[in-house]
Amino acid sequence: MRRRDFFKTSIGAGIAAGTALSLGGYEKLWAASPVGVKYDMIAVMGGNPDSMFDLGIQELGGMGAFIQKGQKVLLKPNIGWDVIPELAANTNPLLVKRIIEHCFKAGAKEVYVFDHTCDNWVNTYKNSGIEKAAKSAGAKVVPANSETYYQSIEIPAGVKLKNAKVHELLLETDVFINVPILKDHNSTRMTGCLKNTMGIVWDRGFWHSNNLHQCIADYALFEKKPALNIIDCYNVMVKHGPQGVSKEDLVLMKSLIITTDWVAGDTAAAKMLGVDPQRIDYIPIAHKMGLGNMNLDSLNIKRIKM
Amino acid sequence: MTSSFLRKFRIGFSAVVLVCFILVFVDFRSLIPEKYINYLLYPQFIPSLIKYIHIKTLAAGGFIFVILLTMLSGRTYCSFLCPLGIGQDLFSRIGGKIKRRFRRFGFKRPHTIIRYSILAIVMGVTIISGIFLVTLLDPYSIFGRFMTCFGKPVVLLVNNLLAGILGRFDIYTLNNIPIKGFSLLTYAVPIVFFLLVGILSFLKGRLYCNMICPVGTLLGLISKISLFRIKFIESKCTHCGRCSVACKSSCIDFLNQDVDVSRCVDCFNCITICPEKALSYSLLGSKSTEHKTDESKRKFVAGSLLMLFGISHLARGQEKSVPVPKKESTVKESKTSPVCPPGAGSIEDFTKHCTACSLCITACPNNVLQPAVKQYGIAGLMQPVMDYHKSFCTYNCTVCTEICPTYALKPLLLEAKKLTQLGKVNFIKDNCIVKTEKTACGACSEACPTKAVYMIPYEGNLVIPETNQDICIGCGHCEFACPTTPYKAIFVDGNPIHVAAKKPENEESEIKSPVDFPF
Repeated sequence: MRRRDFFKTSIGAGIAAGTALSLGGYEKLWAASPVGVKYDMIAVMGGNPDSMFDLGIQELGGMGAFIQKGQKVLLKPNIGWDVIPELAANTNPLLVKRIIEHCFKAGAKEVYVFDHTCDNWVNTYKNSGIEKAAKSAGAKVVPANSETYYQSIEIPAGVKLKNAKVHELLLETDVFINVPILKDHNSTRMTGCLKNTMGIVWDRGFWHSNNLHQCIADYALFEKKPALNIIDCYNVMVKHGPQGVSKEDLVLMKSLIITTDWVAGDTAAAKMLGVDPQRIDYIPIAHKMGLGNMNLDSLNIKRIKM
Repeated sequence: MTSSFLRKFRIGFSAVVLVCFILVFVDFRSLIPEKYINYLLYPQFIPSLIKYIHIKTLAAGGFIFVILLTMLSGRTYCSFLCPLGIGQDLFSRIGGKIKRRFRRFGFKRPHTIIRYSILAIVMGVTIISGIFLVTLLDPYSIFGRFMTCFGKPVVLLVNNLLAGILGRFDIYTLNNIPIKGFSLLTYAVPIVFFLLVGILSFLKGRLYCNMICPVGTLLGLISKISLFRIKFIESKCTHCGRCSVACKSSCIDFLNQDVDVSRCVDCFNCITICPEKALSYSLLGSKSTEHKTDESKRKFVAGSLLMLFGISHLARGQEKSVPVPKKESTVKESKTSPVCPPGAGSIEDFTKHCTACSLCITACPNNVLQPAVKQYGIAGLMQPVMDYHKSFCTYNCTVCTEICPTYALKPLLLEAKKLTQLGKVNFIKDNCIVKTEKTACGACSEACPTKAVYMIPYEGNLVIPETNQDICIGCGHCEFACPTTPYKAIFVDGNPIHVAAKKPENEESEIKSPVDFPF
C-alpha cells in the first residue's frame, strides 16, 4: 500500500519533472525552484526566529510557492541531542513551529516532523522543545528510533554511498523541507543542510567509516530533494559542536537563511561561521557533482536586515 | 468478618500488587514515577534488608515491617506482597483448572531438613563469601528477572504489533521499539528457575515457597509465634478433608486437626471451602508439629540445585561471540575493569549489595545496563554492567540510581551524576578510521557530552581524536558511536572506584555577533 503510493508519487513527480524540463530552465536542475520564485536565497538578519521566517518566506512568494493544497509535508529539523533550546544544539523550536504554521496556511494536509536522534530519542524530542512546539502547531511528531521505520533506497550514482535506508516518511510525503541549525562540527567542521540528512538515514555508522564527506555528498544525489532549506542561524554554536558543552560555545547571530539550493545554503552558512567553505570537504564535492552551486556571486541573493 | 471475605480480600489485594509489579517491570515508556516504584518495593524483604545493612537507616526498614507483620499475622507476606508467591498462585490456579480431577494437594510432611539447610547455607555463604546465593534465591529478584527476560519482550512485541498497525493509519502514539536480547548465558538462571518454580507451582501449589525459598523458610520460623493463625474449631469439624485438599501449602493435617503454621501462607482457601465453617483465622491457636523428611524430594531439590550451579559454572569457559566485520580493526581493547552503573560507588561495594533483580536493567531508557556474564566474576552473574557496545549512558539521566531497592546504586543528583566518572576514555589510534582510511570521522567526539574527546589537526585537512581523561565521565557514548569493528578505536575502561571528574572548562568564543552578512 505504502510502496504503491510511493511509486504513484514518484511517477507523478517524474512526469512533473519531465514537463518542467520540457518547459525549459534546466540550468537550475539541482535547485528545482518553483515558478515565480525570484531569488535563489533569502538571508535575513536582526529579528526573532519566527519573524525572520515570516519576512523571508514572504520574499520568496510565500509557502504556497512550494506546497500545493492537500500535500503532505516532511519537516526535518535537527533534533540530534538531548539538550535544551537555550544551548542551540537543535533547531530553534519557535522557528519549527512557525514553519509548520505556514505549511498549514498554504494548504498542507499533514506535516510530519522527525529526526534520527543521537541521544535517547524520547528525551531528545522532549528536551529540545521541538516535540511540544511542533505538536502545538498541529504537526505529527513521528518516531525514528527503530529500523522498522526505514526503507532501502538506491543511489546508483553515489561514489561511496550506493544505497541507504531512509525514513519511510521521506518517501511517503510530497514535499521535503530541510530545517537544519548551523553549528560547528568537530570533524566535518560544520553541520548545515547536507549534513542534516544524516538524521534521515538509519545506518550513519557506515558513512563515518566510508569517507564521511563523500557519503554526505553522495546522499544528496537521491531523488527526493528538499523543496526548501531553512537554516537556523539565530544562536550559533561556534565551537564544541555539534553537541556543545555550555553557553560559552554560542554566538547570537540572529540570522536565517532560506534557499532552494542546499549547497549554496551550506556555503553561506560556512561563511557565517567564519570557515572557508572549501575547507568543508562535502561542500566542494557536492558542488563538483552538480548538486548545487557554491559560487554565491552567481546566485540571486536577497539580503534583508530587520 | 465473614469467612469468604478474607479469601476475596487476599485475591483482590494480591492481584493489585502483582499487576503493579508487572507494570513496573514492563514500563518501557517510563510512565511510572520513581516515587511510586519505591513505595511498591519498600516492603520487599531481601532488598529492604540489604538496603538496611548497607545504609543503616530506618528509612530502609521495610523488612522490619514484614517481620512484625509475620509475628502478628503469619506468612501473609507470601500471599499478599511477594510477587513471586502471587505469581505462583496464578500458576497453581491454572494448574488446578487444567488438572482439576487429578490434582489434589492433601497433607504432606514438611521438607524440614531441606528448607532449613537451604536457609542456613544461604545465610552462612552470604556472611562468609558474598551475596550470590541471595541473588539466586531472593523471590523478588527472581520475579524481576522473569519480567525483564520474558515479560518485557512479550509486552514490547505486542506494542510493536500495535504500533505497526496504527502506523498504517498514520497514528504514531505508539512507536516501534527494537527488542534487544541479553547475552544468552544470562538467561540460563531465569529459565531454570522459571521451569522449577513454574512446574512446582503448577503441580504442587506452594511447594517452592515451603521447600526452597529462604524468605519463606525464615518467615515460617517467625510465624511459629504469630498471634493470628488458622485453626480448627474441633467441635465443628467432620473430618471431611476438603480443607486439606484445597491447601496449596499441603500443611493441613485434618485428621489431627492441625495446621502447620510454618508453611501456611494465609491464603484462606481452607476457610472458604469448609462447609462446616470449622476453620477460622483468629488469635493464637494450636501447636505446630514437625515431621520426618521425604528422601526422594530431598534428592530432587539437591539435584536441581546441583544442576543450577553446574550451569552457572559453564559460564566460565564461554567466550563472547564476535560479529564478523567487513573492515577489521586490529588492536584489541584492553579493558582492565568492567564499568559499573552510576551510583554504585565502587565495583566491590556494588557487587556486595546487588541482588540482580534487574529493575535498573529494565528501567534504563537507553538499554545500556545489561546482565553481566562474567565481568564481575561468576558470583556476579546477572548483576547489571554497562555495555558500551550495545548502548551508552544518557548524560541527563539518573533513573537507575533512583529505583534500586537495595541501594547497591545510591541516589545521585543529576549535577553530581554528570561529574561522576564511571571509567576513563582510552583512544587506540591504530584502529581509528582517520588513520587507517585517511577519511574524516569524529563520531566519538561528536557524541562526547563533556568534550573529553576532541579533535586535533592531523594530516592535510583531517582532524583526529584526542582525549582528556580528567573531564571524562565514562558514559561510553564515544565507544558506542565508534564505527570500527571488531575492536573499537575508543573505549572506556571502568573505574573500580568511581571518582569525581573535573568540570569541563569553557571560554567565551572570539567570534562576535555579526553586524552584516559575510557573503
